[in-house]
Amino acid sequence: MKSILTHQLFRRFITAAAVLAVVAVMTGPAGSTEAPTAGFTGSFSERSSFFGFFETVRWVPFLFLALVFFGVWTLWLSRGAQIKSGVSQVMQVPRAATQRRPVRWGIGVVLLFVALILPHVINDPFWQAAMVEQIAVYVLLAIGLNVVVGFAGLLDLGFVAFYAIGAYVTAWVTGALPTPPLFGIHMDPFFAIPIAIVIVMVAGIVLGVPTLRLRGDYLAIVTLGFGEIITIFANNLYGITGGSQGTSLIPHFSLHIGPIKYVWGLAPVPYYYLTLVFVVIFLLAFSLLEHSRVGRAWTAIREDEVAAESVGINPLKYKVMAFAIGASTAGFAGVVTASQSNNIFPSSFSLAFSINILVLVIFGGMGSIFGVVLGALLIQTGSMYLLHSPPAGYQSSDLYIYLGALLVVMMIFRPAGLVPSRRRRREIVLSEAGEGHMNEVLTGDQP
Amino acid sequence: MLQVTDAVVRYGAITALHGISFNVDQGEIVTLLGANGAGKTTTLRMLSGLHAPSSGSINFEGQDVTKTKAHDFTTLGISHVPEGRRIFPSMSVEENLEMGAFNRKGSFSDDMERMYVTFPILKDRRKQLGGNLSGGEQQMLAIARALMSQPRLLLLDEPSMGLAPMIVETIFRIIGEIRDSGTTVFVVEQNASTALHLADRGYVMENGRIVFGDTAQNLLHDERVRAVYLGESVEGA
Repeated sequence: MKSILTHQLFRRFITAAAVLAVVAVMTGPAGSTEAPTAGFTGSFSERSSFFGFFETVRWVPFLFLALVFFGVWTLWLSRGAQIKSGVSQVMQVPRAATQRRPVRWGIGVVLLFVALILPHVINDPFWQAAMVEQIAVYVLLAIGLNVVVGFAGLLDLGFVAFYAIGAYVTAWVTGALPTPPLFGIHMDPFFAIPIAIVIVMVAGIVLGVPTLRLRGDYLAIVTLGFGEIITIFANNLYGITGGSQGTSLIPHFSLHIGPIKYVWGLAPVPYYYLTLVFVVIFLLAFSLLEHSRVGRAWTAIREDEVAAESVGINPLKYKVMAFAIGASTAGFAGVVTASQSNNIFPSSFSLAFSINILVLVIFGGMGSIFGVVLGALLIQTGSMYLLHSPPAGYQSSDLYIYLGALLVVMMIFRPAGLVPSRRRRREIVLSEAGEGHMNEVLTGDQP
Repeated sequence: MLQVTDAVVRYGAITALHGISFNVDQGEIVTLLGANGAGKTTTLRMLSGLHAPSSGSINFEGQDVTKTKAHDFTTLGISHVPEGRRIFPSMSVEENLEMGAFNRKGSFSDDMERMYVTFPILKDRRKQLGGNLSGGEQQMLAIARALMSQPRLLLLDEPSMGLAPMIVETIFRIIGEIRDSGTTVFVVEQNASTALHLADRGYVMENGRIVFGDTAQNLLHDERVRAVYLGESVEGA
């Protein structure tokens, strides 16, 4: 008996069954105050279809899935190395091709073309709105946070603060707040773009100079506090920000150049194109930056701050730069969101928002611009799909359970992200071998 | 060239250096000896601006550098090879050398070629990642990287640490060559015998104080040094 309990296969099966039991509960019905255990019992005993074949209780399909999982796992243990080397051999040619410059540009142009015609292919108003509010804006935020977390290796949990500042600056300069607007003029949101970006970068410097002397966990805690401070200010400075009700008077963008007059209205597609222009600008700027002197300084600081100092790099200067540059996209994202929805509420600038952006960056691959964009596209499209056509029993608050589970799985199987940056992957491999003094983003560094 | 006067360094309530004074002259190799915890690394951290002294002064070529920040030292002409080598693991040998020239303007390919002449092994490994080099190669890379900023004074922290005797010999031979090519060297070392055979002068530290200093020849024959640092039993000591 004892030999069965300690047998490898048995333990593997129990683990597989336990994982699927958790999945069953996660996807099952919700409990209530009257019947607190209904969520658990319902998850296993509720009737459902067995992949559309026949009606049965829920535990049957999940047991079946556990068996499949067990089988795949066992197969992977015996054949995994072979499959891996086979795949990497097949992938060698395309991988080598994507290293070449013209190929990269070609892919970029094709993707841009797809992005340009996309709103004409997808006519569903839900998706057209989601493409701006939930996808394009999040791509912007993710590439900004990637500068901070991926390039400079600083864990920032308060990224939402810069987004909030961008949104409130828009409300301020367009005269939507109780505070009198800048120079007493109600400006067009277009003017809010440069003003918001400048103010957000200054905010990045103001936050960065005192706090970026801290490392790892300590920095994460301080930035988390900063995010909360901004939300609390927005909530409580009633006379300045409009308090918890925020404002709903922010105008749309409008363009008056000579005879041309165009007003961005409630339709999302014009906003989509406006945001796309800035996504392309930021993408080009950040990929140039990555390979510049500044980018190399960031890499050096991320890998070994003491060594970076010894070769003459001022760590504080470059970290503050990363903070300010990364924040700029959040500032712009804030302007677009504020103007498009006409309203802002303090409650939308929560810690969960910062975490959400961080998940996009980690999932896509810290430090890899393409990876981060892909990660943001996939996760945001996925979560929008769940919102648009939720599977049975899915509630919108379940999203974070799935994102959390996704992150755990990623960390185990692909810690450098979906499309890892080459350097990041090397760093992870080398630091697992005990080389270097990497200021590890997720585990913190010894002081 | 370098003049340290009554420097006191404190870590919070603990005083690590109790007012040390010493000097390094142009074209010398000066070594600082001492047991673990004597304050050697603290001295070097102080010299490279990583930890400012709470009193006392540091003067380099007539300029007060007591409060200068670590990252400004390369532009002054002082380069620091930190303890434990600390090369950039995911960068290639070549990229590591480029980082060494971070604050230099203009082309530095001549210097790169010179480094490959001094350290031929780095030329063979130029495309390899720093983290994949052996300990000795990493130490050579760390020294070469420090030299890329064209320093007039090179500070070395325990260059022999964790290396095989043969490699230590090579590295010290190269340190001698660096001195001969005009760069002054200040080296902190536990391996007293090797250091003293190479150096022109030496200082001995104990408990955060410099207890004495002399020419390397005299130190090699000094009974106290022989007893404590060279591991030779001296009768009556």
